[in-house]
This record gives sequence, C-alpha cells and structure tokens, in this order.
Amino acid sequence: MENTKKQILNTQQPAREPGGKVVIKIEHLKKSFGDKVVLKDINMELHEGENVVVLGRSGQGKSVAIKCISGLLQQDEGSCNVYGKEVKDLSETELKQLREKVGFLFQSGALYDSMTVGENLAFPLTRVRKMHDDNEINKLVEEMLDNVGLKEAINKMPSDLSGGMRKRIGLARTLIMNPQIMLYDEPTTGLDPITSKEISDLILTMQKKYKTSSIIITHDMACAKITADRIMIMDGGVFIAEGTYEELEKSEIELVRSFFK
Amino acid sequence: MEQTITQSWGKRFVEIGDQVKFMGAFLRNIFRTGFEWNELVRQCYIIGYKSFTLVGITGFILGFVMTLQSVPTMKEFGAVSYVPSMVAISIIREIGPVIIALICAGKIASSIGAELGSMKVTEQIDAMEVSGANPIQYLVVTRIIACTIMIPLLTLMADALALAGGFFGSNIDGHISAILYFNKAFSSLAFTDLFPSVIKSVFFGFAVGFVGSYKGYNSNGGTESVGIAANTAVVNASLWIIVLDAIAVELTSIIAY
Repeated sequence: MENTKKQILNTQQPAREPGGKVVIKIEHLKKSFGDKVVLKDINMELHEGENVVVLGRSGQGKSVAIKCISGLLQQDEGSCNVYGKEVKDLSETELKQLREKVGFLFQSGALYDSMTVGENLAFPLTRVRKMHDDNEINKLVEEMLDNVGLKEAINKMPSDLSGGMRKRIGLARTLIMNPQIMLYDEPTTGLDPITSKEISDLILTMQKKYKTSSIIITHDMACAKITADRIMIMDGGVFIAEGTYEELEKSEIELVRSFFK
Repeated sequence: MEQTITQSWGKRFVEIGDQVKFMGAFLRNIFRTGFEWNELVRQCYIIGYKSFTLVGITGFILGFVMTLQSVPTMKEFGAVSYVPSMVAISIIREIGPVIIALICAGKIASSIGAELGSMKVTEQIDAMEVSGANPIQYLVVTRIIACTIMIPLLTLMADALALAGGFFGSNIDGHISAILYFNKAFSSLAFTDLFPSVIKSVFFGFAVGFVGSYKGYNSNGGTESVGIAANTAVVNASLWIIVLDAIAVELTSIIAY
C-alpha cells in the first residue's frame, strides 16, 4: 500500500513548471513529540510567486511543518531551508531578520487582545521596523485596513470582532510587514462558506498585490480550489500525493479522492 | 513505582533547567535596546494602583486586629503602653512584607500567569515571535520589573496603614492620642528594621513577577493549562516567598546582630 502511494506520488508531475527560484526547500523533515512521531519524512519545495496548499486530516502534522519553517519549532532531523538558510542553524538575530520576510497567519488570527486593531497593526512596525513617526504609521495602518476592507474597525478591540474580521485583521497585520513568503494556518476554519470564500479571494488578491509565495494549510476544498497552484496531501507524517486540483480530483488514491467528494 | 519517582524527579530537574534558561532570557533582555518603557509604566499601574485597595485594606486590618488581640494580654502584664511598639516592629519587620507578598502572589502572580497563559494558548505570543518582535522584552521583562518595583511600595503603604489600623484598634477600648501612638511606634523602630524589610520585599516582588511570567509563558495544552498556570503560579510564588523570608531572616540576624 505504502509503495503504491509512493509510486503514484512519484509519477505525478508538478502542477506547473517552477516559475521562480526555490524559496523554501524541506528535505527529510522529521519531528516527534515524546513517543508520537508527527512528521516522518517531509519533502517539499516552494517556488517564488507560487501558492502551495497542504491538505490533510487533523493531527497529521501540517501546522507542525509550517512552524518548523518559521522557527517556532525545531525539527529532530532533516533540513528546512528558507532563502538558502537552514532555519535551525540561524542565530537569534538572523532568525529575526528571516522572520521579517516570512509572514504567518494563525488559525485564530492571534490578535493581541489588550490592544485595539490599530495598535495591533502598528505593533510590528514600531517594534520590528523601529518606525516612530505616528503619521507614517497611521497612514500604513489605514492603507492596510483599507486593503482588507476594515478601515472602520481601527479603534475596535479584538473582542468586538467576528471570526472573519479577526482573520482579515490578522492578515493585514502580517502583510503590513511586506513579507515575501506567507504561511497560512487554516485561514478559513470556523467560518461560514461566504466569509470563507471572501477570505480565500482576499488571500489570492493580496498574493497578487504583494507578490508573495504562500503555503496554505487547510481542510477547506473551496479555499484550496481558489488559492492553489499546487496541492500536496499529507497523511501519516508524509506527503502521499501532489498535483493540481484537477489532477488530484481524479487520483487513484481513495484518501485523496475523499477530499474532493 | 520506582520508575514513576524517577520520572517525577526528572521532570523537576527539567523544569529547574527551564527556569534557569528563562532567567537568562530575562536578564539578557533587560539590557537590550528598545526597552518597553510605556509597557513598564502600564504594568506598574496595573500591578500597583489596581492592587492598592486590596493591599491597603489588608494592611489596615492587620494592624487593627493585631492590636485588638494583643491588648488584653499586654494589660495583664501592665504593658499596654508597649502595644504600639510591638505592633510596629512585628508589622514592619516581618508580618507586613510576608502577608502583603502572599496577597500579591494570590492577586498578581495568578493574573500574570493567566494572562500570559491565555496569550500562549491563543498563539498571541507565537504571533509576536514570528513577526520578529521580542515577546520576552515586551511581556516578561516589563512584568517582572513592575512587580519588583511595585510590591515593595505596596508593602510600605500597607505598613503605614497597618500602623493607622493599630491606632484605631488602640482607641476602641481606651484612649491614646495620634501623636503619642505614632511617637511610641516610631521610637522603637530603627533603620535596621526598615532596610531589610524593603530589601526582602524587592526579592518577594521579583519572585511574584518571575514565577507568574514563567508559568504563564510556558503553559501549553489548551484552555485547561491557563487555569493550571494561574494556580501553580500562586502556589510556587507563595512557596518562594516563605523560603526567601526564612533566608532573609537568617541573613538579617547574622548581619545585624
């Protein structure tokens, strides 16, 4: 069974010919928590300007993989290379510099709940970019809120926002740093289909506007269909299939097809 | 059984190691550029001003009750006139700092533990970290320093209110003027009573801030861990206060006498 899956994975062609240089390269990534092996052998590449969607059942280690990319978790074995640099070998300063290029949108939006929406967006500008001109900061914050259609929410507290609004604000806060790579951890989870589609469209719009490369972790097939250049399916700590939406829809693997039903 | 005991001790040693690392991160980040002065002031306000009512009432009642409890016994020995001195010395040297620090462990360490714990669980700390900002500098350093500054100040205010409480207590059953009461209270006090007490409070404040921050920052595993972080922060901070007090008393007696 395992061999069959691997054969299918190997015979499938990449969804598109890599247009740009490789910005993320993961090789033989392994990660365990205690006795539980979460990532067995993960291999993937992300090219410049590409959107890769990672699909998989819950608890398969999708979020763990992108947390290794951002340096929030450290792999046990294997390599996780971002812009030619091995993440686990970076010093604190180098990691900080890398993180300015890699944005991360958390499942819940992860807004700082003691700050207003405006302060949430200004936080990375003042702390990371060391910007101190209030007019310049306000201009950037308003522009970014306008991009996500929530300019009027600038003085609201996160507790006053709906789930969809929190995700939009989370996206605005990440994009305000102008990252070159975006990592999305289940951006549409817990949202109704309409809001979910709005967020997926927004991801695509922002990707085109800011020319980012993205890895999108999701269970939402509608989101995958809208955003993906390429889809990779994870199961049991390895990728079992890779291809475009249309290719995978016709996959011979039952588990892969079940995502598209 | 043997394996369980070994595992339990193993976990404790790992936690001690984690605490040493956390202390190292705290010390490194105090001296980094970009100190969060505004956040420090905000934390001083939250920790100091918002605890003042609780600490003030506790201090006042402490002095009041102590006076009421000791007056009958002192009367039997014809030593009622020593009550102000006795209350002043015991409150300022020992009871004031310890009780106020324990009250602060309950109020402040739990609130820091719960706040940072919920930030950890809702990935706010991770979000801060991946944005390139420094969560230790913003969240931990400010809270620990605010506790270290504000808890000694709260203790001094509580001491003053405890003496006021003692004065009211003395006037319930008898009559003593404010000038005479405070004269008697202060005449028995020396610098060697106040100084160790303040120094002790500084360490208590640090312990409250450090334990609360450590427990909150390292909580993991869902909403349940927020409650656990708050609870263990109170338990551990209280334990640290008792241990530090024993060390401080021993050191003071060696140095002063």
